[in-house]
Amino acid sequence: MAEITQIRTAAETGLAALFERLKGGLPGDVAVREAALSGFATMGLPHRRVEEFKYTDLRALMRDAAHPAEAPSPDETTKAFAEAKAFAEIDAARLTFVNGHRAPHSSELPAGIEVVTMPDAMASGHPLLGFLNAVAIARGNPIYDLNTAFLADGVVIRVPAGLAVERPIHLRFLAAASAPFSTATRILVIVEEGASLTLLESHEGRDGVAYQPNDVIEFVVGDRAKVAHLRLNAEGSESLALSTVTAKLGAEVVFNSLNVVVGGAASRHQVFATFAGEGTNARIDGANMLKGRQHSDATLVVDHAVPHCTSREMFKSVLDDSSVGVFQGKIIVRPYAQKTDGAMKSNALLLGEGATMNNKPELEIFADDVVCGHGATCGALDADLLFYLKSRGLPQALAQSLLIQAFLGEAVESVEHEGARESLIGVIEGWLAARG
Amino acid sequence: MIEIKNLVVQIEDNRILNGLDLKVADGEVAAIMGPNGSGKSTLSYVIAGKEDYEVLDGEVLLDGENILEMDAAERAAAGVFLAFQYPLEIPGVGTMTFLKAALNAQRKARGEEPLSTPELIKRVNAAGEVLEIKRDFLKRALNVGFSGGEKKRMEILQMALLEPRFCILDETDSGLDIDALRIVSDGVNKLRDPGRSFLVITHYQRLLNHIVPDTVHVMSAGRIVKSGGKELALELEANGYADYRQLAAE
Repeated sequence: MAEITQIRTAAETGLAALFERLKGGLPGDVAVREAALSGFATMGLPHRRVEEFKYTDLRALMRDAAHPAEAPSPDETTKAFAEAKAFAEIDAARLTFVNGHRAPHSSELPAGIEVVTMPDAMASGHPLLGFLNAVAIARGNPIYDLNTAFLADGVVIRVPAGLAVERPIHLRFLAAASAPFSTATRILVIVEEGASLTLLESHEGRDGVAYQPNDVIEFVVGDRAKVAHLRLNAEGSESLALSTVTAKLGAEVVFNSLNVVVGGAASRHQVFATFAGEGTNARIDGANMLKGRQHSDATLVVDHAVPHCTSREMFKSVLDDSSVGVFQGKIIVRPYAQKTDGAMKSNALLLGEGATMNNKPELEIFADDVVCGHGATCGALDADLLFYLKSRGLPQALAQSLLIQAFLGEAVESVEHEGARESLIGVIEGWLAARG
Repeated sequence: MIEIKNLVVQIEDNRILNGLDLKVADGEVAAIMGPNGSGKSTLSYVIAGKEDYEVLDGEVLLDGENILEMDAAERAAAGVFLAFQYPLEIPGVGTMTFLKAALNAQRKARGEEPLSTPELIKRVNAAGEVLEIKRDFLKRALNVGFSGGEKKRMEILQMALLEPRFCILDETDSGLDIDALRIVSDGVNKLRDPGRSFLVITHYQRLLNHIVPDTVHVMSAGRIVKSGGKELALELEANGYADYRQLAAE
């Protein structure tokens, strides 16, 4: 009987070979990694016939399996630090990764916070690792599984109960190598009962280098805690940037996560959020500014597993030239999650003749006393508004910029941290200025 | 001085203006009255530079220069201002941000230095006081949540700030109550100046009691069919437009 051999792409074969070569040197339980890789291997790299990847064909995007970068030299690290611009003007405690490797501490962490490096935690079987993979709906996701299999560096951050951290923590990911490489970093953030934290996350890289970052950040948020997570993707022009946020939210939590994308040849940002306690309020927002042939995908699943929670998702995309935007948002309301209030919207502004936006909102509602809605719009700049501005003397380009800024403003306005908000407004202005 | 010569305009194959001629001298306030659909708003849009219209013939000369060859922003910098019949709301654009951007864009186009923020605020506040605009409004997004009357006052505030040479008021009286009408009219009257001319488009004589015109023109079917002094407005109010519809048809 003829055996059916699954055809593997070069990248899939490469990933399997790479794993065999690296697994012995990676920290922690190799069985967990093997399970994740075999989960990944059954399906391989997802392609457009896989529903969740319909608009982002990862098999086509990832041609080769890039090798992880060597740890950078002190000189490379110094240079990378000097070039880092994102959130630079904000007074924050910084933890920096260069080419996926944690760089030595450069600033003091807020008092009371516990930080353990991921390799140390994994090697010692640290009890906090019990909080890893806490969000069930993320498991089995191929990007998340790949990160689990190859996880090489990261940190565990614990904010103890009741501690209000004033100064933000800034996780800075810098890609400084000049040859292709991959990363697999994992950040685990445990914010205990009644604590609060502002976490900034920035990803910057060199243009022209085909690197493949795969970063995961996992939040486990205790009752009445408050978390603001602001992420900036300013990756290099040739990068394939994969990222995942998971969040397990306790009761009466306030959780805000915003992802701003200006970088990457192609990027996919995934959010998996689960409500585990009542009275929680989550906001998951995004602002994408794309040009050229950039492709950016925002895929989120919000799981209302308990009653009386509110979720708001708002994604704004500005698509110039022939860029492609993807929004896939799914709200699940479980049978007992009565009084759920969920609203999701995706608005896209198509500036370029060849720009495309793919919107796929989904609601899966199994409870009967809920308020859930979604809305998606795609359109050009309003000609009447443009005329109004021009009739007051604003030249075409300036009038457009003002309207684009206003369009994106809605996503950024909700950022409470003033410095971070201004910083993101600066990113928008920079993008508009480069547009000319 | 603005001079419109034989202006012929269509939109999607509908002829709206049919060889319109009009002159407004410096310092003059000219009123245009006419029935619905006579092309009054089209005239205002075409002068201001809205792109939906196809100009088939004619010219619009501002101090001898044909502004039809300029885009809307260039016309504004040259001194054309249109107070919209329905001012637009622009969510996310702060009123002050907008005013500063507009004023400085015009100054830049004219080769002037940008105005400093304190000086801008001073001027905006001064204009706002005349128009009884609450300062709080200047902190909001442009026209968002403003009532009809407040929007019209904001238009006149912009006019005061931008100091145009030629102002078009497109049915500025529509949607105004008596008090707001007085405030807006006072605002406009304060801007009357030997170097500035106005084209006031309205359906009703009422506005012209407050902004007293030097000349009144009757528009019908895309042309000026009669011109006269301010008494012409009273005559129209008494007799209606029926005679002029007839005139245009001939």
